Amino acid sequence: MGVEVKVENLAKSFGKQLIWGDVSLTLPAGEISVMLGPSGTGKSVFLKALIGLLKPDRGHVYIEGVDIPNCRERDLYEIRKLFGVLFQDGAMFGSMNLYDNVAFPLREHTRKSESEVRQIVMEKMDMVGLVGAETKLPGEISGGMRKRAGLARALVLEPEIILFDEPDSGLDPVRVAYLNQLIIDLNAQIDATFLIVTHDINTARTVPDNIGLLFHQHLAMFGPREMLLSSQEPVVAQFLNAQRVGPIGMSEEKDADELAQEASQGMPALPPIPAQLEPSDGRPRRGQKTPGEWCRAHGVTPPPGSFQDDVSLAPGATA
Amino acid sequence: MSLATVSRPLGTAGKLFAFALDVFMGLFRRPFQLREFLQQSWFIASVTIIPTALVAIPFGAVIALQVGGLIQQFGAQSFTGSAAVLAILREAGPIATALLIAGAAGSAIAADLGSRRIREELDAMMVLGIDPIQRLVVPRVLACMMIALFLNGLVSVVGVMGGYVFNVVLQGGTPGAYLASFTALAQLPDLWQGMVKAVVFGLIAAIVASYKGMTASGGPKGVGDAVNESVVITFLLLFVVNFVITAVYIQLVPAKGM
Ligand SMILES: Nc1ncnc2c1ncn2[C@@H]1O[C@H](COP(=O)(O)OP(=O)(O)OP(=O)(O)O)[C@@H](O)[C@H]1O
Ligand SMILES: [Mg+2]
Repeated sequence: MGVEVKVENLAKSFGKQLIWGDVSLTLPAGEISVMLGPSGTGKSVFLKALIGLLKPDRGHVYIEGVDIPNCRERDLYEIRKLFGVLFQDGAMFGSMNLYDNVAFPLREHTRKSESEVRQIVMEKMDMVGLVGAETKLPGEISGGMRKRAGLARALVLEPEIILFDEPDSGLDPVRVAYLNQLIIDLNAQIDATFLIVTHDINTARTVPDNIGLLFHQHLAMFGPREMLLSSQEPVVAQFLNAQRVGPIGMSEEKDADELAQEASQGMPALPPIPAQLEPSDGRPRRGQKTPGEWCRAHGVTPPPGSFQDDVSLAPGATA
Repeated sequence: MSLATVSRPLGTAGKLFAFALDVFMGLFRRPFQLREFLQQSWFIASVTIIPTALVAIPFGAVIALQVGGLIQQFGAQSFTGSAAVLAILREAGPIATALLIAGAAGSAIAADLGSRRIREELDAMMVLGIDPIQRLVVPRVLACMMIALFLNGLVSVVGVMGGYVFNVVLQGGTPGAYLASFTALAQLPDLWQGMVKAVVFGLIAAIVASYKGMTASGGPKGVGDAVNESVVITFLLLFVVNFVITAVYIQLVPAKGM
């Protein structure tokens, strides 16, 4: 059973630099949420604040009634056992080979025998396609392999809350497709709550139940997938469709001149909303909704051509 | 200067002290990391033993030369051996140990923990519900203390032998007189004092190095800075602490009467 994560008015700054403020959102239990945002807006910092690795300046993160930023260290270590976390660079233990890395949480937190450990580890290694590389040290493998090994380690304890920091960056497109399917299938099997940080627009459009966008030191929007994909809000529309036209510039924010120049161009029309990826064994996801449900309930007309099976790739992703 | 700039070193000292307390609490948490402790002891010993022995010979020799020369001027040749032993046991042993523990072991610890910090290994460990202080720092601190004690013994033995060789060979002292005067001035508490110093130095070096390593930030350059700072801070602390222990010892333990 997944666990709900409730974030209230969270703010974090390093020295005088505000990273983000006023972040409030709820990750619904058992649903997949994706967090987007330009590079450097503090997505990784947000994940670390959720697990209590960084102390926010103010605000609350409630998980099963425990307020993460303000609880005792003992409770923190206890609550972290619910988490499976993939760090942006994999964060494998450099002195252990991949097998020991993946086995580490099992050996620490369970009383399983070595043969049981072996069985679980090999199953996870197989899942991420790393069978045969067990004896390699993290320093000897590619970035994408480290990522996948990190994924395997994050999953061995069957966590209730899964935080992935860019699981798909550094992976080839085929593996990204497998990975996305894996996330969906896992979610259907173990009902865990997922929060995924990604820069992959196609992933963001087809995988999650909810999407959030961090921009300019605040949470620009967080809500159901269809809400963001049909949103006309310039920042959201620009980001989710990978366009240059909009308020986001190369150095994060555009200046007034550039914006004035663009004003005449107008925003391009929204592309159709693709269908959500489905679990491969056909069982429904916990957060599954009929396509277009949100749009109908809120009187929003989705872009023409939405929710047809053949609309899988966001046109913006290739433009 | 603003208040913040003035109070920053104080804040750092406070954090270092808080860290030391955390390590102390970690000492009593089970399971004790025996494997890590043995590995680290072995590692620290392997990077310090040879340099220590090499440093100890000239250290003993210099002391023998200096003390021997002075003592001859006073016409007290019969005490040459004793004076050298005293100097080596009380001061030279612990100081040479301090230099090597801070320079070789401390820098290795700071670099190791620092690179784990920036690779987010420590974060990953905490997320897996494991306290890096208990897991990584406590075994290192204990290993450092144990090896410091051992190195102190090594420096003492090698230093005294070096002193003996120089006294006998270069200064024309008689072997018998050197050995016979051993216990004339030196006494057992000198040995204990040297050992206490070594253990305290090991403790300080390991705590500072671990603290600096675990709080490294800013990529590979941050690790370099952490190593550098940890060695400098440790040296400063060790020399101050050495002075304090010596002063207290001289107050507490009366010199041997002749
Ligand atoms: N420990 C730290 N000390 C000081 N500043 C930090 C620290 N960690 C992150 N920052 C700053 O916080 C900001 C956000 O960093 P973060 O790594 O969260 O970005 P991100 O959104 O994950 O970017 P990317 O998509 O490139 O991974 C950056 O400006 C970074 O410089
Ligand atoms: Mg990041």
